[in-house]
Amino acid sequence: MAEKRVALVTGAGRGIGATIALTLAKENTDIAVVDYAPAESAAETLAAIEGAGVTVRYYSCDVSDFSATKAVVDQVVKDFGKIDILVNNAGVTADNLLMRMSEAEWDRVLSINLKGCFNMIKHVTPYMMRRRYGRIVSISSVVGLMGNAGQANYAASKAGIIGLTKSVAKEYGPRNITANAVAPGFIKTAMTDALTDEQKKAMYKLIPLGALGETEDIANAVKFLVSDDARYVTGVVLKVDGGMYI
Amino acid sequence: MTTLEKLKEILCECKGEDIDITPETNFDELEFDSLDKVDIVMQIEEAYDISLGENLQLSTVGELIAKIDEAVANK
Repeated sequence: MAEKRVALVTGAGRGIGATIALTLAKENTDIAVVDYAPAESAAETLAAIEGAGVTVRYYSCDVSDFSATKAVVDQVVKDFGKIDILVNNAGVTADNLLMRMSEAEWDRVLSINLKGCFNMIKHVTPYMMRRRYGRIVSISSVVGLMGNAGQANYAASKAGIIGLTKSVAKEYGPRNITANAVAPGFIKTAMTDALTDEQKKAMYKLIPLGALGETEDIANAVKFLVSDDARYVTGVVLKVDGGMYI
Repeated sequence: MTTLEKLKEILCECKGEDIDITPETNFDELEFDSLDKVDIVMQIEEAYDISLGENLQLSTVGELIAKIDEAVANK
């Protein structure tokens, strides 16, 4: 049996991050859940991961905080002995038309979505480098590829993740560390559940496969990118969007 | 722990294997690449809470030890 790996997943308390964490747990991977929300809100996720027969620990952290992320990464290595996989999933939106977008809305989204990835990669890679192994996957968005009215901050942060990913792939390739991005399209979440039937119909017209994606679709893409099957894949942006952006 | 011992610990960890060093050892012999060198300098800076500067040239182990000791003395 292959050596058990350790994955640190940010924003894993719920939503897409929780599904990613659970999917990796089912692949015999110990999980460090890093989330901004209090531990109680992730209780269901933690129980499900534990049910998969792996070790899981919860770390409360704001990924936009440089020193806090360093402390968390050091603690995860102390607790688990290593980090094989980093999944940068934590992200927020603060939508507004650019004309109305405040500096605070811009800064908050860029800090969490993009600087958060930088912080985690910066602190995790020294450990990966010394072990000559690492798998980094950052969750971007099709919006980062195609832009979206009302989401200048979000789109910029998600496009930034792509540039960051490609640079990291080039810098750390010689250390057997791969860096890839997954760009989800419309995924079924609490947010899309709240849309009216009419809004959903309009959305389906944009998607050749004619349906919303599930969080499992994203998790499966991550599972592939961190697997041995993807050992020769680095610097790519894997769109999981039903063909929304072609 | 002497500076040489601490440096040996950092270099071995970076190399992923046990290596022998003396003050006369030249870094070229150790075949570290640019990523390793950045990692080594950052680990030294963190361990001693010092700054070795952006353009540090690594020549011999002895010269690096002298630079570390000097930076520690000037803290």
